[in-house]
Amino acid sequence: MSDNTPVIELRNVDKSFGPIDVLHEISLKVGAGEVLCLLGDNGAGKSTLIKTLAGVHAPTRGEILVDGEPVSFSGPRDAQERGIATVHQFGGTYPLMSIGRNFFMGVEPTKGFGPFKIFDRAKANKIAVEEVQKMGITRITDGDRLVGGLSGGERQSLAIARAVYFGARVLILDEPTAALGVKQAAHVLRIVNEAKKRGLAVIFITHQVMHAMAVGDHFAVLIRGAIAADFRKGEKSREEIADLMAGGESMADLEASIEGYMETHDGHPPKVGQEASA
Amino acid sequence: MSTHSVKGPSGISLGGLIRRPETGSLIGLIVVYVFFAALGGKVFMGAPGWSSWLNIAAEVGIIALPVGLLMISGEFDISVGSVVPASSMTTAMLSGHFELPALIGIMGGLSVGLLIGFLNGLIVTRTTIPSLIATIGTMFAVMGLTLGFAVLIKGSTSVSYVPDATTKALLGTFINGMFNVSIFWWLGFVAIFYYVLHISPLGSWIFALGGDKESARNAGIPTAKVTIGLFMASGFAAACVGVGQVMTYQTAQVAGGQAFIFNSIMCVVIGGVLLTGGAGSIIGIVLGTMTFAVVNQGIFFAALDPNIGSIIIGALLLAAVLSNDTFRTLALNYSPKKK
Repeated sequence: MSDNTPVIELRNVDKSFGPIDVLHEISLKVGAGEVLCLLGDNGAGKSTLIKTLAGVHAPTRGEILVDGEPVSFSGPRDAQERGIATVHQFGGTYPLMSIGRNFFMGVEPTKGFGPFKIFDRAKANKIAVEEVQKMGITRITDGDRLVGGLSGGERQSLAIARAVYFGARVLILDEPTAALGVKQAAHVLRIVNEAKKRGLAVIFITHQVMHAMAVGDHFAVLIRGAIAADFRKGEKSREEIADLMAGGESMADLEASIEGYMETHDGHPPKVGQEASA
Repeated sequence: MSTHSVKGPSGISLGGLIRRPETGSLIGLIVVYVFFAALGGKVFMGAPGWSSWLNIAAEVGIIALPVGLLMISGEFDISVGSVVPASSMTTAMLSGHFELPALIGIMGGLSVGLLIGFLNGLIVTRTTIPSLIATIGTMFAVMGLTLGFAVLIKGSTSVSYVPDATTKALLGTFINGMFNVSIFWWLGFVAIFYYVLHISPLGSWIFALGGDKESARNAGIPTAKVTIGLFMASGFAAACVGVGQVMTYQTAQVAGGQAFIFNSIMCVVIGGVLLTGGAGSIIGIVLGTMTFAVVNQGIFFAALDPNIGSIIIGALLLAAVLSNDTFRTLALNYSPKKK
């Protein structure tokens, strides 16, 4: 990978809410055209880390560097202006609003003068449709369509296209594939690759190891608010990563405990078939 | 232009019309109007009928507009019920009891509305109290304060004020002896709110607030400011109605105004605004208000038992919500024809 200054870097970031420490000494860096997969089970502190990166929370200790320079975000808008875009699990889209309005939420194109600003619907719809099509979603042709009528993958793609269009340099994807079917997830992963090709630094948060392996260059496993492992593509197998995410409790141990259960329960497996885990 | 088509301002087509969320409200209005026109006859279809329901529509309508915007943004405002009497009492007190110029009385009345709206907005954005509860609280507090001050200063629960001719003509006269000038104020409010919700970029923000507040905040929308602004708009609108009432009836009562709470919410919901926020339109709110007013006044013209009117309004509300859901589903499933 490039040895240039990382686009975004965290150095020993701690975050606590009152007496509760959520993040401990998190150090991460992501360069341009690189995908960092942040893996972690539920409750590992992923959401807090995202919110810290997105400027929602300020770190309690430690620093955030953008292009090698320490920054402190005054709020989500400030982080956005520095090119850090977050796409949330449900896309941050509004189902009962049109594609055009969704695309330009918060940064509406206007015409008119002085205080009499007019939302430029034609322009918004045109750009939104063009940008989404560039990302490979050719099914979207009408910017007046309501977002609620799109599939989950299309909504994610719309949100990613939006972030790319508004000059995002760091794209934070919060579980973009969690609620999607296999095909839809593949679609989103293709778009992640597209964003990477365009030179964005992508932080991809997931607990699906397969999805992470498909696009990631660099992996970090988060356990109880600390980075438990940090490795590059090809350094660890899928099983090893899954074990790490489960908090060190290896899948092999899990299998043993299931077998133990069977022995004491006349050979009945605990609901899930043994074959599935073997 | 690239190869794909982007629709410009949509033309009028039957299919497009059916998918408009307001269609349900329009059908409701037509059905209700035809029903009462058949019962009420010529009088209801003539000027007396029109003026009577338009007068009602204007009063409720001015309040229903901002209440609708608040509902779209995911909030309720119950306090309008006591802002109306509080502002009319303030105006009557300042200009009637203390004999200050009409302008000061009006400004005083309107500032009461703005102030209560600001307080509501502050409570809702700074605390976790839901707006429904917060504004019920302010409603009772304001009601008590209004009564307290009225008794303290005037020693009575009603204050009279005779406005000068110009003020009366602008705010509280009946054109042709029938049409209250507030109908024009209502139209003005409609134009302003239409601009805010459907033309200005602020409209998108209001929808976004009701659609997904968290995402809206993440998108950099100043959610607290928008919410406070909307509450102030509803306080202001309710105050306008209060001031208008003093000018029309030349007296301010401590009680009264409670009817506006349910009536405004009903107009808004009949007009197709989603109770949980995120969807609605000004045209819908206007149609809902007109429907409500037609039923409200049609009963007298049709010489029906007022209880039947309540039943009709209740049934209408349920039918409206059901039909609005249907039209919303149609709108969501809409996709352009394959070309």
